[in-house]
Amino acid sequence: MTTLNDQEFMRYSRHLLIPEVGLEGQLKLKESSALVIGTGGLGSPVALYLAAAGIGRIGLVDYDVVDSSNLQRQIIHSEETLGKLKVDSARARMLGLNPFIQVDAYNEPFTAENAMSIATGYDIIIDGTDNFPTRYLSNDVAVFLGIPNVYGSIYQFDGQASVFDAKNGPCYRCLFPSPPPPHLVPSCAEGGVLGVLPGTIGSIQATEAIKMLLGIGSSLAGRLLLYNALDMSFDYVNLKKNPKCPVCGENPTITELIDYEEFCGVPGHHADELPTEWDISALELKDILANSNPLLLDVREAHERNISNIPGSKNIPFGELASRLSELDTAQEIVIFCRTGNRSLYALEMLLGAGFRKLKNLEGGINAWASDVNPMLPIY
Amino acid sequence: MPIIKIPTPLRPHTEGRRELELEGKTAGEVLDALCALYPVFREHFYEENGELRKFVNIILDESHIKDLQGLDTPLAEGDTLRILASISGG
Repeated sequence: MTTLNDQEFMRYSRHLLIPEVGLEGQLKLKESSALVIGTGGLGSPVALYLAAAGIGRIGLVDYDVVDSSNLQRQIIHSEETLGKLKVDSARARMLGLNPFIQVDAYNEPFTAENAMSIATGYDIIIDGTDNFPTRYLSNDVAVFLGIPNVYGSIYQFDGQASVFDAKNGPCYRCLFPSPPPPHLVPSCAEGGVLGVLPGTIGSIQATEAIKMLLGIGSSLAGRLLLYNALDMSFDYVNLKKNPKCPVCGENPTITELIDYEEFCGVPGHHADELPTEWDISALELKDILANSNPLLLDVREAHERNISNIPGSKNIPFGELASRLSELDTAQEIVIFCRTGNRSLYALEMLLGAGFRKLKNLEGGINAWASDVNPMLPIY
Repeated sequence: MPIIKIPTPLRPHTEGRRELELEGKTAGEVLDALCALYPVFREHFYEENGELRKFVNIILDESHIKDLQGLDTPLAEGDTLRILASISGG
């Protein structure tokens, strides 16, 4: 029988005082388990609060290492763990906060191959991933295992949260049957995110997970929370189960895990899976510029040009490209660049579709140019 | 006139505008007015048969228009439609 020791009675005192939790609830939390997918912006507060709350077993899935650009928002990591595996960095911090829990670290991408074996046995999934393929995968795994999936997602100043519990309501696919085309909605790596935003949304996810494990309160199941940090607004959308949902509907057509990267049309885990045939390196571009005069097309946002710039480049932000194609000449060589080479690749695909052929993509973007050609420029 | 709110990820396509007041008596008419103003949305939002694409979620108050009358959902003066963007950041 699960019990608390003297130190745990003291540690969880403020929970034990709440009638809705009490000793019974705290023991429930100790007996429960939660799987956190991703230990980034959302995963940081989720993992910290679940650890502090005394969830008995917490699984962490991530394959990345801690980078200094993470620390603006991923508060579970620190300067001391730069370069270390994120799951190890997070696990050490969680056990430092609460040594009376078990943290299982899975240093691997969450994929259709390993997802069921990782997730089986957990009571709840918390989706803190940063890409569409893994979001659909997390959803489908939760549906197949019959456990709730606590959803959170962020972009710039916008956050979304819900509880997708297909046994009792809609799942992620009921709301978003298919992802948007990759070029329509930029990712945080491309569009940025306010550092504190995942703190708000991740804390809401942790709250919902703890409530679900305790069996108390009204969850966000059947409701999507829309938060905007600029307006400090909280809005809701009522969600209904889609009887035609391919995974949780009346006649599901998806009954096992699929190829999620193909389904979403984007690579989920490795940027190096993007097509490279159009790429040129920063050093190759330097040679080209010494001998010819291609158009350097910068598809970053205008304010990013204050951070770093390549003189002589023309700026058309990616979002404006479709409506400003007439400013470009199909006969001219065009080298497209952005910060790291993702947006420029989408721009390149758009220009290919519009009949342009003399195109190159600066591999690694202006950050690679700063690293390999012009060290006076900052890398951001 | 009804108002349509543009989610942050789509604002690069609307010159940064957060919301627009557009003519229309139904959700479909307001979306048509938006597409007339910013044609990039037409190919993004609609299938070739004229139906909204699956990833496009249009919300009136707290309800999805597919749970109302779809594109035929009537709008009153001052009603606010919201385009719900699918975002993936974490």
